[in-house]
Amino acid sequence: MIGLARHWREIPQRYRYEAARCDKCSAVYFPPRLVCSKCRGREFTKTVLPQTGKVETFTVIRVAPTGFTDEAPYAVAVVKLDDSIRVMAQVVDCEVEKLAIGDRVRLEFRKVQQDGEAGAICYGYKFVPEA
Amino acid sequence: MEVGIVGYGAYVPRHRIKVEEIAQVWGADAPTYKKGLRLEEKSVPSPDQDVITMSVEASRRALRRAGVDPFELGAIYIGSESHPYAVKPSGTVVAEAIGATPNLHCADLEFACKAGSEGMFIALSLVKAGEMKLALGIGADTSQGAPGDALEYSASAGAAAFIMGRERLVAACEHTFSFTTDTPDFWRREYQHYPRHGGRFTGEPAYFKHTLSCARELMKRAGLEPGDFKFAVFHQPNGKFPLTASEELGFTREQVQQGLLSPSIGNTYSGASPLGLTAILDVAKPGDRILMVSYGSGSGSDGFVWRVTERIEEVRSLAPQTWAQIKDRPVYVNYGTYAKFRGKILKAS
Repeated sequence: MIGLARHWREIPQRYRYEAARCDKCSAVYFPPRLVCSKCRGREFTKTVLPQTGKVETFTVIRVAPTGFTDEAPYAVAVVKLDDSIRVMAQVVDCEVEKLAIGDRVRLEFRKVQQDGEAGAICYGYKFVPEA
Repeated sequence: MEVGIVGYGAYVPRHRIKVEEIAQVWGADAPTYKKGLRLEEKSVPSPDQDVITMSVEASRRALRRAGVDPFELGAIYIGSESHPYAVKPSGTVVAEAIGATPNLHCADLEFACKAGSEGMFIALSLVKAGEMKLALGIGADTSQGAPGDALEYSASAGAAAFIMGRERLVAACEHTFSFTTDTPDFWRREYQHYPRHGGRFTGEPAYFKHTLSCARELMKRAGLEPGDFKFAVFHQPNGKFPLTASEELGFTREQVQQGLLSPSIGNTYSGASPLGLTAILDVAKPGDRILMVSYGSGSGSDGFVWRVTERIEEVRSLAPQTWAQIKDRPVYVNYGTYAKFRGKILKAS
């Protein structure tokens, strides 16, 4: 379970898919960073990631870590967002045995983790099959 | 100046469970439920879905249709009886996720199945009063039904969101009316996992008295009759009650069919009549009049008369339509998976 403060700091990325585009070389970073690894630029402009893309690769988690055991088996995919960067996240609302490289998916707002029955709930993004 | 709906959005989870699947576990007679309550199947939220996640998705769809900057929203109200937290608002998470914070008013509402229309009513009223330019009202639930109880066949999940404003309306609100009494037909006490209800008492003195009284008084005050409406949508705890109510009021089956979702997705509680309204807006033509009457146990009904405008044609295809979502590749689950999804299995701590 990630800490409350970290989850709170990451709200712009987890809730709204906000990335940073380097003002010098246009490289996009998600999550944002302070220095561009390509051109050493330090000026960035906020950009919102596209919410659809294509599965580039994926794995099926069958032995899940603590906090995710009830969800196994579940898929985690690297998705190439349309005209943008790659993002890794769970793919849900699908039969993992039928998931395939090249499948179209879109981002959806979901619960990601919760600290037991009494703790805080962490929300974020997952991928679902595109309609 | 006219006020009304600027944008609307609906969200229905993809998982479903059939009446037969629930009935065979409890030794009940499925045809009796299907015929008696006019229910076929219901939507089931997956473990990573709740009122907040569905509200975010419905609100994003409403924003797409409204074509407004979320930062311009002056208020957000979420009506539900299944807010994920007992103390901590759902609305703040939704407001943050859609990019509407921090300059807005926010509140979570609860009034059994009427909480969604309450949110719509308050949002509409604040805009009408000139307090704000735009306000968001949401009805959403992942409703609870005790294992083996009659409610388990209907208690389902869904969300509908409406952005109220004064300009670029898709439906103008012509009249509103609310009818409220103290009627103990259904409740859930604090710390209780499942609600209790008064069985047949939930019918005549509760649902029908409030729904019919609200609809009749609203139409009387508006000077309208059933024939003046193209569509009508009522709270739908099952498929039978809204049809009986509409017949008593003098509406035809054609007027209510489009907004009658409960036989296919069950009772989405606070989302029920608001979701029915989204399904109607998906097909309504400019000039069509819609009667909407919610019902919440405890008890009360909110009534609205909506008149659809020309702009509906421009916006309805900008987000997933309600019946299309209901029919889009539903994933059927067995009772074991349903029980796991809904947290009905007692695990070792």
